Amino acid sequence: MRIPCPCCGWRDRREFTYYGHETFLHRPAPDAGAEAWDDYLHNRENPAGPTRDLWYHDPCGSWVVVARDTVTHAVAGGEGLA
Amino acid sequence: MADPSVTLTVTGGADGLGLPLRHGDCRLTAQPVATASLIAPYPGRVAACSAALAALGLAFPAPGQGLSAQGARIVWAGREQAFLFDAAPPDGLAEHASLTDQADGWARFLLQGTGAEAVLARLVPLDLRAGSFPQGRVVRSLLGHMPLLLIRAASDAFEITTYRSMAGSAVHELGRAMRATAARG
Ligand SMILES: [Zn+2]
Repeated sequence: MRIPCPCCGWRDRREFTYYGHETFLHRPAPDAGAEAWDDYLHNRENPAGPTRDLWYHDPCGSWVVVARDTVTHAVAGGEGLA
Repeated sequence: MADPSVTLTVTGGADGLGLPLRHGDCRLTAQPVATASLIAPYPGRVAACSAALAALGLAFPAPGQGLSAQGARIVWAGREQAFLFDAAPPDGLAEHASLTDQADGWARFLLQGTGAEAVLARLVPLDLRAGSFPQGRVVRSLLGHMPLLLIRAASDAFEITTYRSMAGSAVHELGRAMRATAARG
């Protein structure tokens, strides 16, 4: 599996650390309530198909949102995070 | 006044590791890290860093780039990070970047020989053939499980830099790969 780093280009999956679904980019407001915070912290889908998740390119220090398919293992692309 | 009973001795990151090593036509030698300043520009200050580095004839490098002038080198080392080797940081640079002296934290080796690409192919998950990794190119990657700063120094030579704490493992892994590559003839 190869993942595109916005800084370094396509790299082997061994160079990355997985962080989970992009849910972590959508932090609820402080007063959003217990249910929203419970979802944010603990509840994840387990999709068979397209998903978007967060990967860290250890060698250069870039965070990447990766669009991939859990069924075909195809990696459609990646966007760098600020 | 200094205590005369205490003597501190400077040692290199590759001392005591049995270098140089030779297997087949490949040779692994220690390359002492005399000075290494990590430059991490403050947000939006890359251009200002380049202006300060112009005093050394250098600029802040783009990803994968290394530059040298007047005996000093600057080498890309990660997202908005670079190492300045073999020179003190120029005046004014500290206003625009966080500077840390990391010379003691890294160990550097030179792997030279026509089989060097084949040796590193066993340890580095990248295409290091000259067509995709030409002379002067810099990458951050992995040497086995170890963090790696790799520079193609010549058509048949690679400069290998890793954490000093892992220097023994690096020499062990490189030696094993050199031996196995040489055994294939
Ligand atoms: Zn990267």
